[in-house]
Amino acid sequence: MIPELGQFALVLALLLAIAQGVLPIVGAWRNNAALIAVARPAAAGQGVFVFAAMAVLVYAFLSFDFSVAYVADNSNLALPWYYRVTAVWGAHEGSMLLWVFILNVWSVALAAFSRHLPDAFVARVLGVLGLIGVGFLAFILFTSNPFLRELPMPADGGDLNPVLQDPGMTFHPPVLYMGYVGFSVAFAFSIAALLGGGMEQAWVRWARPWTNVAWAFLTMGIVAGSWWAYAELGWGGWWFWDPVENASFMPWLVGVALIHAQAVTEKRGSLPAWTILLSLFAFSLSLLGTFLVRSGVLTSVHAFASDPRRGLYILGFLIVVIGGSLLLYAIRAPKVATGKPFAPLSRETGIMVANLLFTTAAAMVLLGTLFPLIGDALNLGRISVGPPYFGFLFVMLMAPAVLLLPFGPYLRWGRADGRQLTSMALRAAIAAVICAIAATIFAEGRLRAIAGVAGAVWVGAGTLAYVVKRWNEMPRGRRYPAEMAGMLLAHTGVAIFLMGVMLSESLSVERDVRLAPGQTESVGSYSFRFDGVEETSGPNWRADEGIVAVMRDGKTLTTLHPQKRTYSRGQVQTESAIDAGLFRDIYVALGEPMDATDVRGAWALRLYHKPFVRWIWLGGLFMMLGGFVAAAERRFRAKKVPAAETATTTPEASPA
Amino acid sequence: MSRFLPLIGFVLLVGLFGFGIWWNTQHDQHEIASPLIDKPAPAFSLPVLNDAGRTVDKASLLGKPYFLNVFASWCIECVHEHPLLMSQMKDLGVPLVGFNYKDDPAAATAWLAEHGNPFEVIVADREGRTGIDFGVYAAPETFLIDGKGVIRYKRIGPITPDVLDNEIRPAIAALAKEGQ
Repeated sequence: MIPELGQFALVLALLLAIAQGVLPIVGAWRNNAALIAVARPAAAGQGVFVFAAMAVLVYAFLSFDFSVAYVADNSNLALPWYYRVTAVWGAHEGSMLLWVFILNVWSVALAAFSRHLPDAFVARVLGVLGLIGVGFLAFILFTSNPFLRELPMPADGGDLNPVLQDPGMTFHPPVLYMGYVGFSVAFAFSIAALLGGGMEQAWVRWARPWTNVAWAFLTMGIVAGSWWAYAELGWGGWWFWDPVENASFMPWLVGVALIHAQAVTEKRGSLPAWTILLSLFAFSLSLLGTFLVRSGVLTSVHAFASDPRRGLYILGFLIVVIGGSLLLYAIRAPKVATGKPFAPLSRETGIMVANLLFTTAAAMVLLGTLFPLIGDALNLGRISVGPPYFGFLFVMLMAPAVLLLPFGPYLRWGRADGRQLTSMALRAAIAAVICAIAATIFAEGRLRAIAGVAGAVWVGAGTLAYVVKRWNEMPRGRRYPAEMAGMLLAHTGVAIFLMGVMLSESLSVERDVRLAPGQTESVGSYSFRFDGVEETSGPNWRADEGIVAVMRDGKTLTTLHPQKRTYSRGQVQTESAIDAGLFRDIYVALGEPMDATDVRGAWALRLYHKPFVRWIWLGGLFMMLGGFVAAAERRFRAKKVPAAETATTTPEASPA
Repeated sequence: MSRFLPLIGFVLLVGLFGFGIWWNTQHDQHEIASPLIDKPAPAFSLPVLNDAGRTVDKASLLGKPYFLNVFASWCIECVHEHPLLMSQMKDLGVPLVGFNYKDDPAAATAWLAEHGNPFEVIVADREGRTGIDFGVYAAPETFLIDGKGVIRYKRIGPITPDVLDNEIRPAIAALAKEGQ
């Protein structure tokens, strides 16, 4: 009975979503206050019912209700309760429900924190979010219902994909979805602006904090996913360019461009059309990503073929959303010529160039990700291009962005002063060269490491120089407004990230070894003594656990316990053991026994020494923090638009 | 007018995909002949995966036909092809030589441990230089090379049961007729 209540809640949510999607937009169009007023209550109501459906599904998992097919497929009696909760989004149906749930979190937040915006505008924004909700709720109800019963009820269920049975994975999908789905708000703002017209650029200021927060969540989700892959997959990689990662990375790249474009449009009124287009792209890529990953179009041909309704619905939905919004854009886009004119050497130009690099990178990732599908459709063969393609092109596209980055804050709006730029560039370049020379000592002539240090110091020193400049030139209290502090944090994050990537990629040492108990192997200045394998077990798995003593200069630093787990349904999963440090990770993964019948004998082990690898995620966290901090800017929460847009003509008063 | 460009681009893209799918359902196209077919395979000399001391070159494989299967741990389509390699391709009487393309050896080893190893020997082309000579730009691809070192057949994309029965078995039969 209770699962049916969940389904009923979804139906009611769908009806409310239709009301939320249609009535307020009609009201805003006809200037009907009663219809406009429907927006907030409808959003709240939809939120309540989607929350109820979510709660019912969680309850079904917690109470082992195997009569629900989705529960039976993704959990069993041995699964601990916390993984039963996360199993809610462990497969397709539940992920879609999570998507709608988070969409409603955003809608309700928007309804609550938009009192300072014109009612008609909020009505349109909530209306667009309602329409997106209609699309997803209908998809869930008609093709991917998590509440379907399975009769007769099985005595025990299947298992949650063991890949997902990890503390890192418990919060990774919700955080990632906060980012994905958060771009729907920027999208809704743009559509509302296109529908309404004639509002100047005020709406961009209102949209900015939402975009920043969504992007920051997306950053956090990607960092968590990358960290998880590093810790779990057992061979020390942290980014694989696989479709699941790319699906979140494409909206992230476009999001970077969007955040910067919004700053230009808000402050200078330039590039409004470009800002709108980017927000359409960011959300379209989020949608595409959700479906690519979850429908299994890319990972398995059979997933699509087994249920063509899903595939057709997804294609139709994508075409309606992307095609419809582009059509609206074509009809209603603002005249591109608005905004203050800017010189070739100006912050606007700098941001535009960076924007082009980031959108090109996103297009490049999109092409590579869809390559098997394109090859299939055009009969060129269904082939993967993989890291050789992505790695090469991405570095080519991002190198100029890194080179340009420190100039950003120094560029004035409208027209920049060349002398300031050269003095900054000179100082940052000297710092970069000195550090690169110092780096040659430990880099042992590896060019990539030296280039990495130079690039990271270039970005870091350039950013630091600007921090100092502000400190000297501005009065206390006005030096680092939230928006600027966010920018500085995020740019510092780029420097840290760069250092981590280049140093860990070029200086890491790995050894594939066969060790019998008692044998020792050295990697760099560390030596590893294999002390055999013991059996251990958890709630729903048993494992062979290696004991590896890590030593340096004759002293034992730590003992690591890499595992090879076998879950109750037979899936095998490695658990690497990591001794983490700010400047290096020691990483051990357990391979296979050399003789399958003798687990007490020799084993294959992978040993890694990875310098600076932690800086990769540390840099990501700085970027995330930058997004959140910038969103706290007081100006974004102003009750009304400041009359004097001219306040932004002096560059020092207008951080970006 | 430029406002319409994004829409036009999108419509063209959808049209291209739609046309491609329609065209493929209407036409049973055979693989476009590779310029390498019936030409001698490029000479190569590559280290054996996880056994850096050993190398395998073209000359050492002459004498009997073999398949050269391009795979990598990053290649998603290879995962779909692999069960067929494990179950049927192994038993065709023609040895499978793995060509590990632009891959991390540790990742490749882990991948093979997970999915199984159907190969008699695996050569590693870490930089992808030999891949260029073979015209490989992605994975999976499969070459059938005869005893004289001539490429007789090439498949781009995963091998499917259809391809196995309609293309690969006939190609092997043709080799057998020539007495190879």
